[in-house]
Amino acid sequence: MPEDTTIRDDLIESIVARYDGEKGMLIPMMQDIQAELGYLPADPLRHLARRLDLPLSRLYAVATFYASFRLAPKGLHEVTLCVGTVCYLKGAGEIAEKICQEFQVAPGGTTPDGLFSYQPVNCVGACALAPVMIVDGEYHDGVTVEGAMTLLAALPSEEAGQDEQEAPT
Amino acid sequence: MIQASARRMTTPADLQAWRDRLVAGRSDGARRVRVCIGTGCAAKGSRKLYELFVQAAGQADAHVEAVTCVGCHGFCERGPIVVVEPGNILYQRVEEPDVPEIFRETVIGGRLVERLLYEDPGTGDKAATAEDIPFYKAQKRIVLEHNGRIDPTSIDEYIAADGYAALAKALTTMTPEETLEQVERSGLRGRGGGGFSTARKWRSCRRAPGEPKYVICNGDEGDPGAFMDRSIMEGNPHLVLEGMVIGAYAIGSSQGYIYVRNEYPLAVEHLRGAIDAARAAGLLGDNILQTGFAFDVRINRGGGAFVCGESTALMASLEGRPGEPRAKYVHTVESGLHGKPTNLNNAETWANVPAIVNHGGDWFASTGTEGSKGTKVFSLVGQVVNTGLVEVPMGITLRRIVEEIGGGVKEGGTFKAVQTGGPSGGCIPAEHLDTRVDFDELTRLGSMMGSGGMIVMDQDTCMVNVARYFLNFLREESCGKCTPCREGLAQMLHILDRITHSQGRRGDVEKLDQLAALLEGTALCALGKTAANPVLSTIRYFRDEYDAHIVDGRCPAKECRGMFRYEIDPEACKACGICLKACPVGAITGEKKVPHVIDQDTCTLCGTCLDKCPFSAVLKV
Repeated sequence: MPEDTTIRDDLIESIVARYDGEKGMLIPMMQDIQAELGYLPADPLRHLARRLDLPLSRLYAVATFYASFRLAPKGLHEVTLCVGTVCYLKGAGEIAEKICQEFQVAPGGTTPDGLFSYQPVNCVGACALAPVMIVDGEYHDGVTVEGAMTLLAALPSEEAGQDEQEAPT
Repeated sequence: MIQASARRMTTPADLQAWRDRLVAGRSDGARRVRVCIGTGCAAKGSRKLYELFVQAAGQADAHVEAVTCVGCHGFCERGPIVVVEPGNILYQRVEEPDVPEIFRETVIGGRLVERLLYEDPGTGDKAATAEDIPFYKAQKRIVLEHNGRIDPTSIDEYIAADGYAALAKALTTMTPEETLEQVERSGLRGRGGGGFSTARKWRSCRRAPGEPKYVICNGDEGDPGAFMDRSIMEGNPHLVLEGMVIGAYAIGSSQGYIYVRNEYPLAVEHLRGAIDAARAAGLLGDNILQTGFAFDVRINRGGGAFVCGESTALMASLEGRPGEPRAKYVHTVESGLHGKPTNLNNAETWANVPAIVNHGGDWFASTGTEGSKGTKVFSLVGQVVNTGLVEVPMGITLRRIVEEIGGGVKEGGTFKAVQTGGPSGGCIPAEHLDTRVDFDELTRLGSMMGSGGMIVMDQDTCMVNVARYFLNFLREESCGKCTPCREGLAQMLHILDRITHSQGRRGDVEKLDQLAALLEGTALCALGKTAANPVLSTIRYFRDEYDAHIVDGRCPAKECRGMFRYEIDPEACKACGICLKACPVGAITGEKKVPHVIDQDTCTLCGTCLDKCPFSAVLKV
């Protein structure tokens, strides 16, 4: 869609301007792109590489090195499971296993129906609440295997009441 | 409520006048409510509580001076925490329906709501204020002094609490060299892991040729089980900032960076707000307090890589590259960020600086041991009664932290080990509980201070599995640049995987020892060099558990699947049939009034029966 591309081009330009086009600010720029678009689509990355006069391989290296970047669209909901030491000791490992099994999702991936993206992370620093699962920014403490399953199964599959559209694909 | 009065100040006298005005605007005995909005309390809905209190105050006839959001109190497990003045009454585990009662009884009426007070699980005594709670009693708070007292989003509250007084003092009455001398006298050592002398680092950077010089705050707290820096950055962002400006003055730097973990959105928000407010007030930027000194700070969010806690990797990340460390034959104080002299300290280290300048290095050094001065913040978590953030004087024994502050092991369990120092640290067993907390003492025991994670483990924790967990963590986080770390960790993990899956072989422990020595001697960065610590320390103190796994095929803690069995205690079994129905493979047989039995050949050891049995009749043997 041509219209879409223009919007994205403008976005990249404004993000580059935000950091005065400084190459060292590549990571914040990529974080901003992901915050806007939900992931890092190929075209905007190419555009950014051109603008900063960096090889695309550098951007790819950065995108694949850091756990928070994603190169594929995310699901409707975002599920983060803490598998830090304390959460692990309190059963997060079993929860992680069960999520992958029940919802056919790989760590860092999205469920086949696009319902949610799943990311296990190393410690969210809320150890006193272990095990912790974060669903769409909301922290759930003392999560059990059953509790996690119930919570995830109950996620609405339609984006009710949200006025902004998700990242176009 | 205190009015936001941020305006550009020109001189230290302006700052003092501003403080005086803020303090004068407060009346003793006024009604104030402080609601904790740290990550822990916020996760349990404290923001809603704050709104409800604001609403209640708006509708009340009586005057309520302020309802404020404050940072972490440390007692996260008991959150959400609400403190009411006068009296500093501390309510814990407050829920929305409690708000009207607290407001009516305590805020307006000055009476206690007994049921929301902390109750000592041992004695049943109620504690009305934080000072009465054992968790807080043995603590000594320098870094966390104002955490939980001031609103981290208000520069006014920080100024009223003597904020930026140290900066004014340093800039107007001390030379950079004199500032450095005070830090030297204090004996402050880096709180991020290495424990390197802060003053020595500053001095090297100051002397190094090259302009500009950079200072960096490492807020990429990646150790699982640690959240000290998060709480400091969230709960008192100006303290970190003030420490950095003073450091920059001593070193001669004009540009700073704060590198914050991506998983800490609230810390980023509060630091951003603090930087904006400090700039607007003339405490950051050009010509600070009209002294001619210029320094500014930028925030970078991490991308989610543990290795970026390592200084050279962090600098690579700041340069827009993958966070891979480099060999440090040239120190970063000489050639760091963009090849310029760079001084990096972690958030807690920076947060210690204002108090040192305010009260002097000797005052700071009067707390602690010979080699470790001041206090240290630990996140005390795991199988301990009271979990949360604690700040203790260096030299306190591990026993006092675990038993007195932590209240001992949870649910009547027995203490087995305390893991300190994060993934590169080690497990310290019961016989060393009387060790004093000190950089060198912990290293001597095969562990380390690290950034301050302290995870208590009980008899149900398998130490071999703990070692496997940390090694798995480190293998996943290894950047892959150097071979010993990339391949060595994979091999060690492979061996530990076998051991915890009843396929251990004689000689495995010796192989682990060999690989550990290889890593220690040849890995490129500190992460690789210390990566074997969890394995080495568990072999050192819990060799019998390794042997039980390898020789007898048995997991003494009954944690490693396949190395223990489930059995039903015929005495305790009520023959209710719940486990029988729940068993996914039909391994349980029995009928009414006849105790059930597990067929060991069919059982897949999934543990469902154990979880489902309402009478605790299923046993691990």
